[in-house]
Amino acid sequence: SSNEHKLNFKKSKEACLSFIQDALLQKQWKRAAEFLTCYVESLEKDYSREHIGPSEMIWRIGSEILWHHSQSSMKEFNCFIEQMKTLGVKRYLKVCLEHVFHLLCDGQIDEAYQNLSLAESWRFGEQTAIQDKEMKLVQAYRGLLDYYSWSKQKNILLENGEDGFSDLAVEQEMHGYFRKAAVNLKEIIKIPGVWDIFVKCYVDLLEFYGDHNEARQVLNEYAYNSKFPANPNAHVYLYQFLKRQREPKKSLISALKILHDMVPSHELMIEFNTMLQKSKKRKKRRLGLEVIFAALDYAGWKENAKAWSCLARQVKQIVISEKHLDWIKQEWSSRKDWWPAFHFSRYLAKRNWQENKSLSYEKALVAGILLGKGCKYFKYVSHQGCKAQLKRFRVLKKFVNKHNPVYLRIS
Amino acid sequence: RDFNERCAQCSEVNWGLTDGGRFYCRSCHNVTERTREVVNTDFITNSRVQTISKGSRKQEKNDGGSEWYICEGFQLVLKKQVEALEALGVCPQMKDEILCNFWRCYLQKSKQAYCKRPAGETVKALSVCESSTDVDSDPERPSLLHLLSLSESEGDLQTDCSFASSVSKVSESTSVYSGSVDGSLYLMKNQKEKLRMTMPMTLSFCYMALLWVREPITLSELLRYVVEGHIPYLNVFQHFPEKMKLCGLDLKIFCVESWPVYEEVFNKMHELAAYLDLPRFPDITESCFLHPDMLCMKYLMEANLPDELHNWTCRVVKKIGIGEVDFLTLVPGNKSTRKVKYDVLAAAVIVVVLKLLFLLDDHYEWLLSELAEERNKNNTEGGPCFEFKKWYEVVKHSLDVQQKKLDEERAKYLWRCEKPLFYSVKNKSKVLKRRQMVVNLQNQFGKLSGSVQRAEKPNPSSFQLSWSEENTDGSCFHGHSLKGILQEKRGLLTAMNPDYWLCTVKLCNEKLCGHLAHYREVEFPQSYHFVLGLFSFLLRVQPSYIHDEVCMIEHKLFNKKLYKKLKYNTVLRK
Repeated sequence: SSNEHKLNFKKSKEACLSFIQDALLQKQWKRAAEFLTCYVESLEKDYSREHIGPSEMIWRIGSEILWHHSQSSMKEFNCFIEQMKTLGVKRYLKVCLEHVFHLLCDGQIDEAYQNLSLAESWRFGEQTAIQDKEMKLVQAYRGLLDYYSWSKQKNILLENGEDGFSDLAVEQEMHGYFRKAAVNLKEIIKIPGVWDIFVKCYVDLLEFYGDHNEARQVLNEYAYNSKFPANPNAHVYLYQFLKRQREPKKSLISALKILHDMVPSHELMIEFNTMLQKSKKRKKRRLGLEVIFAALDYAGWKENAKAWSCLARQVKQIVISEKHLDWIKQEWSSRKDWWPAFHFSRYLAKRNWQENKSLSYEKALVAGILLGKGCKYFKYVSHQGCKAQLKRFRVLKKFVNKHNPVYLRIS
Repeated sequence: RDFNERCAQCSEVNWGLTDGGRFYCRSCHNVTERTREVVNTDFITNSRVQTISKGSRKQEKNDGGSEWYICEGFQLVLKKQVEALEALGVCPQMKDEILCNFWRCYLQKSKQAYCKRPAGETVKALSVCESSTDVDSDPERPSLLHLLSLSESEGDLQTDCSFASSVSKVSESTSVYSGSVDGSLYLMKNQKEKLRMTMPMTLSFCYMALLWVREPITLSELLRYVVEGHIPYLNVFQHFPEKMKLCGLDLKIFCVESWPVYEEVFNKMHELAAYLDLPRFPDITESCFLHPDMLCMKYLMEANLPDELHNWTCRVVKKIGIGEVDFLTLVPGNKSTRKVKYDVLAAAVIVVVLKLLFLLDDHYEWLLSELAEERNKNNTEGGPCFEFKKWYEVVKHSLDVQQKKLDEERAKYLWRCEKPLFYSVKNKSKVLKRRQMVVNLQNQFGKLSGSVQRAEKPNPSSFQLSWSEENTDGSCFHGHSLKGILQEKRGLLTAMNPDYWLCTVKLCNEKLCGHLAHYREVEFPQSYHFVLGLFSFLLRVQPSYIHDEVCMIEHKLFNKKLYKKLKYNTVLRK
């Protein structure tokens, strides 16, 4: 029978949703609201077999519209969310959490805190146990806000402390917040997950109160426990902590090594390379070269003068010492096919020269060594530099000319 | 109605009605002089009575409702629908005489099966209908069966409008719940014995009545009016009186959640006509609106095609005999004649004519168009020649705009109404809460919808696309001439186009697979698809539906040639 094309409730609402989706994607909030008005009657129909029911749709779409619509206010938004909370008990805590996020975005910290407390005290039969994870999140965020309050108190103390007055009340309050925050933050980071902000705050608290051992343990767990998802930030936090604790270079380097393996383009690679270059151990210096070359493989680093200066310094040092040219050869072998076009084109020479002379200087050095004095990049930049009578470019030209044969040995 | 006087003879209050419309006492058969005031043409004149063997009579149910039967619900629906049709300009006889009688006939027919009751239940349903008008007043109309006032032996008759009260559960064994008395029974009925009434079938009734009266409303128009809200269909139950409580299984019967399709209503109508043993319908002659010549003219106008094409549609109609009275007039129960879909047929004729003149093979029509364009450039005097390309662009643009509007409207339908529906008393509060929330949300987001107000229902209009000759932009093609594409041969105007392609060489067996042909867009030229699409939009049917009719017409038109070919093939095989 030809009843497949029959227009019925379900198809009509599907079409409606598709119009809403288009409107949302094009940020046409009025139009989205218009269609949502027609969609809401889906609530009166049973969709228990569908994956996402209308109540969830309406919650999510409605939130988006009310958040962005010019004529909508926070008051309206709050009123809407309160209705949504009553719609689906299985989603109750999720809705609460998202509401809290919106409140925070709107700067209503106290409101957010109140909502979190309310959510924390919610009980609903077996749902409470089922939504255990969300509950932990609620508690964690409340802990986060407690940390925020603690931080404020701390700043007040520090300011007033300069006057010589120690305000006991403020101090007491501060400690109170610390206790509340610590309890909740500690709980959530036990569960495998990505908890960057909670970890940072918790470690901050621990450091303030002098519990460095606990802090170290927390950070190690977070970075090295295989149950936790691989997270470069964990290593960053650990590194920063170790640095603060003035740990020996060895541990700093091992922390950063893992970061390099995970994210070769991480911004800390400059620091890492600098550290490695200074090392007395040959292996470390070798690693340094690897690290800086790897970082410059990424487009985001193309115009980073500091990175180029690191590479230039190391390359220069190797060339002058005439030792370990094979290092450069090894690094260059996999890059010689594409780095010239990627970094050292004539177009880039012109642009770099116009925009950032230091950048062009460093790059020209590297190019000159790797590709010889005949390479377009070096030629252009050094010519321009000499024309502009900038001393260092003359020096550069001499240097590259002197070491020109190197490129043959490394290509 | 509320005749509660005591009988002069026996002091009982037990009245019945004679054929002459007089009250008589049933206890002593005393006939009064009191006659019924017969002003009431109201449809809710049914009195349904039941006697239960237990005989206990409770007054109204606790919730203020009283008993009602499914049939009464449908009767109300039909009443509303026919009133709406009347408001659209349909003649008043349709309500008072035609539809009323059809309905009574149906009740009578179907109640013959109604009387078989499952064990444990002794409800007898009877009906006495009143009519103010004499059905036989019009001699031309064939007399229909009267609904009998059934005899006394069936039990007590009450002519009161108020419903007798009794135990609400009809059968002890069924635990299903319905507001009506026979909701559950209704759904469980054996289908073979009778035609069960459904909401789509109410439209079949309407269409049948319209056809009988030969009103200028086609089935596709009727269905369009329904969707546009001019004829009650969705949520008609809102208008049931307070006493008729709707819940449980009644919802399955009266709440629709889909729009009925042409095919469904059409087929049901024919089934119904046969079921009611109706005689031959009034003739559809050349002067009737439903005649292909008339409908073709309308559709040509609506499709913005030249008036000159009308000659051609008439020629085709004549050649294949689809303008004959006997072909067009409905004879219920006659299985040998093909049931005529007047609107689809007319549209298909136009499609065939376009194929005849323009070939529509994605090449020839554009070629002709270029030639016409040249002609128009060089010859600025007189009326312009019809250019297919221009027509395509103009019509496509309008069609796209209208289609987009229609798609948005479809996405914005509101299916629910204020009257809450619940399956059982248990979830009543939940339903009401939900309804309240829906209303709140509608208010909240409605305000954010900007200046877009939900427009008033547009006035019902027979034409969806309109083109005015007064437009100076040349977007109206009615007056354009077909000069470039016609030639004169032996005093007759024929098409320049010598070719024709058949949509299908062999027709399917409609009885086996339900269709004459199977339309797939990719297998046919784009121009053909466009033309089908245009009429598909206007008639709100699937393109394949029109395609079937086109195939049918082509086979009639080229019958001889096809036959020859077949013969030739068999000769070859020998």
